[in-house]
Amino acid sequence: MHADPKGVLTGVHFLDGDHACCEGTLAAGARFSAGYPITPSTEVVERFAARIPTVGGVFVQMEDELAASIAIQGAVWGGAKAFTVTSGPGFSLMMEHIGYAVMTETPCVFVNVQRGGPSTGLPTLPAQADMMQARWGSHGDYGIIALCPNSPQECFDLTITAFNLAEEFRVPVLMMLDECVGHMTEKVIIPEPGQIEITPRHLTQRPPEAFHVFEPGENLVPEMVQAGDGYRFHITGLTHDERGYPSMNVEVQDRLVRRLQDKLKPLANGRALCETEHLDDADVVVVSYGITSRVAQRALQLARQKGIRAGKFRIIQAWPFPEERIRELAGRVKAFVVPELNLGQMVHEVERAAAGQAKVIPVSHAGGGVHNPEAILKAIVEAAK
Amino acid sequence: MSEFECVMEIPEDARNPVEPFLRMDRMPHIWCPGCGIGTTVNCFVRALLSSKSDLDHVAIVSGIGCTGRVAGYANLDSFHTTHGRAIPFATGLKLANPKLQVVVYSGDGDLFAIGGNHFIHAARRNMDLKVICVNNLTYAMTGGQTAPTTPGQVISATAPYGVFEPAFNLVQLAEAAGAAYVARWTTYHVTQLARSMGEVLNKKGFCFIEVLSPCPTLYQRRNKMGDGLDTMKYYKEASKIRHGAPTGECALTKSGEIVVGKFVDRDRPDYLELMRTQLHESLGERYAEPEAVCGL
Amino acid sequence: MAKGFVAVTVERCKGCGFCVEFCPTKVLDLSSAFNSKGYHPPYVVAGEKCSGCDLCGMYCPDFAIFGARYAR
Repeated sequence: MHADPKGVLTGVHFLDGDHACCEGTLAAGARFSAGYPITPSTEVVERFAARIPTVGGVFVQMEDELAASIAIQGAVWGGAKAFTVTSGPGFSLMMEHIGYAVMTETPCVFVNVQRGGPSTGLPTLPAQADMMQARWGSHGDYGIIALCPNSPQECFDLTITAFNLAEEFRVPVLMMLDECVGHMTEKVIIPEPGQIEITPRHLTQRPPEAFHVFEPGENLVPEMVQAGDGYRFHITGLTHDERGYPSMNVEVQDRLVRRLQDKLKPLANGRALCETEHLDDADVVVVSYGITSRVAQRALQLARQKGIRAGKFRIIQAWPFPEERIRELAGRVKAFVVPELNLGQMVHEVERAAAGQAKVIPVSHAGGGVHNPEAILKAIVEAAK
Repeated sequence: MSEFECVMEIPEDARNPVEPFLRMDRMPHIWCPGCGIGTTVNCFVRALLSSKSDLDHVAIVSGIGCTGRVAGYANLDSFHTTHGRAIPFATGLKLANPKLQVVVYSGDGDLFAIGGNHFIHAARRNMDLKVICVNNLTYAMTGGQTAPTTPGQVISATAPYGVFEPAFNLVQLAEAAGAAYVARWTTYHVTQLARSMGEVLNKKGFCFIEVLSPCPTLYQRRNKMGDGLDTMKYYKEASKIRHGAPTGECALTKSGEIVVGKFVDRDRPDYLELMRTQLHESLGERYAEPEAVCGL
Repeated sequence: MAKGFVAVTVERCKGCGFCVEFCPTKVLDLSSAFNSKGYHPPYVVAGEKCSGCDLCGMYCPDFAIFGARYAR
């Protein structure tokens, strides 16, 4: 189905990443947001607060991130598409509710505009240091989806993708921006509503007596339902059976938790979003994402000018990690160079997927700025030797 | 056991009136003998009946704890959320679909310690939620630790020498934060409690009912206060109905007088009304009413 | 002739005694026998006094008893 025209600001705009992300939520059909102010992410909901009353929906500023991250889930079960926005410390506070959304299979979107940490860290400066927290931050085993835009245009486009994936797989989807991408202003083209594909919520057509709220379909994803439709359903964060009833035993736990992981397998295998260049003849592949991928682009250019066969693998979907693609590349390249605005996070995934077949060289940066392209180039040159 | 059942003539179609409101396939429930939570559920069911609520449009939201299990037993759209967060979840649910009557049913630890901030803010906003707090004066599910409601001198699992920190007076807190309706009953006052619950189901705005309830296993046992029935008798003897009493005079003590009644019943515009008024004023024709269920 | 009746689901009872204590016409008493969970359920000792007020049903935390008036 196509986007509801009411939310789509078709045209050519000059927007920063945060504002473009907000337009993405509206185009995707989000009509509810709950937020709590935190630099450098607040612009997303500031724009939403200004725009939503003319589109038809609600923004509510909550008392903290704990409240914002669960209010959106109440709204989803009330029938809305919903999201919240935060950064570092707020993201930490939201972890329990990311777990709740995973466990209750509540489709929703969390936007994290990453800044330097730990703790209050660097409120106004970039980092990419929440990538592992995005994957593992809530307790227990689970699967998650995380996307990393590297431009305001992608902040718009991928936000729509995020909402679509949330509905398709019934998981919380994390938009992992960074302060640079969030505050970078560029041209953003918002297409006609008819050119924007939207995944509608898959509400069950079954009658209440034949419906179990957590009975998975063939794709391992249960059909959705909403309050007020007469289903009298129950959801809980406790381990639960197909009826949604708490059930504390090994068998139910195993069945549920494995399914929560397994339902995302199609995304790890083949469907993983990424952008590649010059991989056919590459000796060295630079794996990067977010703002770092734009610095890496310059380093790749310089390397090619030096005659080094360097290729680009830009991670767009960080989680599930595109491990099959990396494993396949590892069999035919000398090395991977992995620059990140952290002291080494996604590089561990690259190492795991490469499984010793190719060298993996981190180019770390503690955050607060971006890499100098020369630092990445140096690593490429070393790797190519 | 048939010797007990057949003394009286029982019509064949006789049925416990609570059963259609409960998930009977989940009985027996987890609550201890002499716990009062089930009693409050009886009153809630009577209130649903008397208020003529459309049950397909009543949603119940609970946090974590013994009372947090109420949502799981109610045959309604029901949400067992995370510890302390029933109110913000309910806020999102209500705002996304204002046609829903959203009831928050949870315990004193959940609503006033870990969830205390959400309570005062929802009351401040006058969010149209009906909050029922079963107050057993302790964290029962986790083993009887000190709650923000535990009266002084009580022995708890985490205050083995007696609680010395002051407790919240929940009705005073609710009034000060802005609740439109504030009442307190005990599980002894079943008819009054059912009436209060019925009233709030027909009242707009943030409504709060505190219900004192026995906890023989985790609270009373440590304090040599007897069983559930002993506490019910204490409620009967020590309670004084004082409608409209200043909530500041209604603090609870370990074994003193319990002031019960309806303390506050006032009309304030609720959150959605305030939002609509403000946005109409500022945006005029450009204002678009939120769609009850958003176009998916 | 009693105006009402009480019905007990013996196996659901946890023996708290609320119904016995607060029955306004003292229709009930706790049995000395046990149900299968080991609790003493109530039984009717003065059925003719039952008004069918359902106060027992309001009090029972285990949904194990209720009262109703006979249809006339």
